[in-house]
Amino acid sequence: MALLQISEPGMSAAPHQHRLAVGIDLGTTNSIVATVRNGIAVVLQDEVGRSLLPSIVRYKADGCVDVGHAAQGAQSLDPRNTIVSAKRFMGRGLKDVSHIESMPYDFLDAEGMVRLRTVAGVKSPVEISAEILKSLRIRAEASLGGELVGAVITVPAYFDDAQRQATKDAARLAGLNVLRLLNEPTAAAIAYGLDNASEGVYAVFDLGGGTFDISILKLSRGVFEVLATNGDASLGGDDFDQRVYCWILDDAKIRFPSIEDTRYLLLKAREAKEMLTGHDVAPIHAELSGGETIDLKLKIDTFAEITKTLISKTLGPTRKALRDAGLTVNDVKGVVMVGGATRMPQVQRAVAEYFRQEPLTNLDPEKVVALGAAMQANVLAGNRAGSDDWLLLDVIPLSLGMETMGGLTEKVIPRNSTIPIAKAQDFTTYKDGQTAMSFHIVQGERELVADCRSLAKFELRGIPPMVAGAARIRVTFQVDADGLLSVSAREMTSGVEASITVKPSYGLSDDEIAGMLKESMEHVGDDVQARNLREQQVEAGRLIEAVEAALAADGRLLRPDERADIDEEIASLRKRIAGTDHRAIKAGIDSLNAATQDFAARRMDQGVRRALTGHKVIELKL
Amino acid sequence: MIPDFSQDYFALFALPRAYRIDAARLDQAYHAMQGKVHPDRHAHLPETERRLSMQWAAQVNEAYRTLKQPLLRAHYLLRLAGAETDHESNTAMTPAFLMEQMEWREAVAEARAAGDHHELEKLMQRLERHAGEIRGEIEQSLDAKKDYEAAADAVRRLMFMEKLEHEIEDALEALEN
Repeated sequence: MALLQISEPGMSAAPHQHRLAVGIDLGTTNSIVATVRNGIAVVLQDEVGRSLLPSIVRYKADGCVDVGHAAQGAQSLDPRNTIVSAKRFMGRGLKDVSHIESMPYDFLDAEGMVRLRTVAGVKSPVEISAEILKSLRIRAEASLGGELVGAVITVPAYFDDAQRQATKDAARLAGLNVLRLLNEPTAAAIAYGLDNASEGVYAVFDLGGGTFDISILKLSRGVFEVLATNGDASLGGDDFDQRVYCWILDDAKIRFPSIEDTRYLLLKAREAKEMLTGHDVAPIHAELSGGETIDLKLKIDTFAEITKTLISKTLGPTRKALRDAGLTVNDVKGVVMVGGATRMPQVQRAVAEYFRQEPLTNLDPEKVVALGAAMQANVLAGNRAGSDDWLLLDVIPLSLGMETMGGLTEKVIPRNSTIPIAKAQDFTTYKDGQTAMSFHIVQGERELVADCRSLAKFELRGIPPMVAGAARIRVTFQVDADGLLSVSAREMTSGVEASITVKPSYGLSDDEIAGMLKESMEHVGDDVQARNLREQQVEAGRLIEAVEAALAADGRLLRPDERADIDEEIASLRKRIAGTDHRAIKAGIDSLNAATQDFAARRMDQGVRRALTGHKVIELKL
Repeated sequence: MIPDFSQDYFALFALPRAYRIDAARLDQAYHAMQGKVHPDRHAHLPETERRLSMQWAAQVNEAYRTLKQPLLRAHYLLRLAGAETDHESNTAMTPAFLMEQMEWREAVAEARAAGDHHELEKLMQRLERHAGEIRGEIEQSLDAKKDYEAAADAVRRLMFMEKLEHEIEDALEALEN
């Protein structure tokens, strides 16, 4: 397509309505939705004024689903059907999930991702997360009074491709248009950086309910450049609860708690942990289902002792991130604390000690990610105002590669590469007359394929028979701005073209998502046709607005006949918008897109040239 | 038509074609160009346009990475000059250099086996100094003397040094785990 709005990127030349967009922090323990209202990022509350939505979903026998506070109370009454911390299962197989023994769920190992058997049927973590996101979407639409143009969903920076894809699928399943998947520490950096007009190198230390990220960023003149990121996708506040829980079992000499008691004691463990932020001792009182009573006192020193190894697990990734960034602690100007678990005094102490400075905690560590995401969503939706002139340059957290001979990994894109990125590598056939070749895509830092995460396997067929070594097969890895990978392979030497594009296998296909969406909408009596029509009408209107603004600004780049073609396409699309056939509108959009492709390229060219002519690059406003 | 990615990366960023590079100017030109082409600038536009923006941003990233890293930049300049390093087929190094490599490797292996974190850090610093000298040689050969053969030789040596650097990093990482 293409009307690259070069003159003022992201700023629509025509005045338009404020587009409703939100940022969502889909957390392990709690989730939050925020938006930018009158230029200020605010957290949206529910009808009784609560900001946090507990990330808990309860499936009931009658098919109803409770989400958040409504489900929270049922945790220890109906643990099997009340799913907490579903984020830990996103894009994960059964063997990847830690502490599975103390989880009350009925797990099913399925290809790519674990499933949970509930009273309402088998659910995937994607579906469970979609319930949380749907609840936040409804909250936002009620509070903003209209349909959302889109959402920025945050993910841990250390999430691999499988986990990212699963998150995006969940958002689409919840009926959200995903403007971008944004790394949580980067989102926090936006909120912090813009608030304090900071410059220099900052570390974002993000210890959430179930994930740990460390990102090193360089802030300069509105550019947020991630230099390196590292972390642990299964380390967080939950693990501290788990340690306290084990301590309780040990101290009270309980050997085989029921699943109800397990869930109940985990809640008690969390209460005790939270109490120790601000107190030296936390009393633990519990009455178990068998009638036994537990009365314990957890001292802060004991707590520090039993969780010491968890704290040290954060320092390894921190060192690695700094080393990958080519920096030392002396280069770090500030350390931003993000995530509820950073409230623990021993975490703050460890961070202060390592970085030799007091960490920054002036923004609420539980809300800062959602606020940053909202700011980015606002800009991505096209509501850019004059001062919103920042740019994010993020990276992939883990190397991407392919299996080669002998089960070894060959890295194609190294970790901490700036995205988007595309890399091609050439391969050849090793047998005479070979007509097919298979590829195995993996993610991770280890030498052996078996130690990395398998993302996808695919086969390229239809290679014309040639002698060994004559075929030239180009495999292209492409990582988009969401950090999502797609891979394609093509035979280059012959006129015959064979190419394939794969999406990793755990991801849901577009058809599957459309099917599930349709089902869920029929369930609530929504009209898919009407929704499709609305979407296409909005899209078409937006396109016409963009084209006309571009014509007004740079119409002189076109010959009269080219101009006439575009005008004709606009008129035709206008007619279609008035109709009721969403497919006809879609066809009109595609056709106008095609007609303006060259024009857009010319504008882009002119814009880039404008950016680089003259010698005072430094004076260019980003 | 579109921004001309067939022109060389130096021209793309409006920088002189030389090994010695003004890093601040490179960063600024890179930021300015990403500010125009980055997908975040086009997220509210239709899909075809978003795809186009992604491709261009990926190319700008690749151009930046190539110019930013000294080794890649040197390789790139040699390629532009039509003097390839043949780094895959040409592995002929002087015996003295190879001997020195052996010594480095032994020192790293020893420190690793002894779990001597401090020694590894010291080796790293020494290596850094040495690599810095080679980079100086490359600059001389490429920019001043236009002696591509000498430059290619220095580039090959620098590749060895960078491999050693990775080995030390691996050893440090292994000690931490």
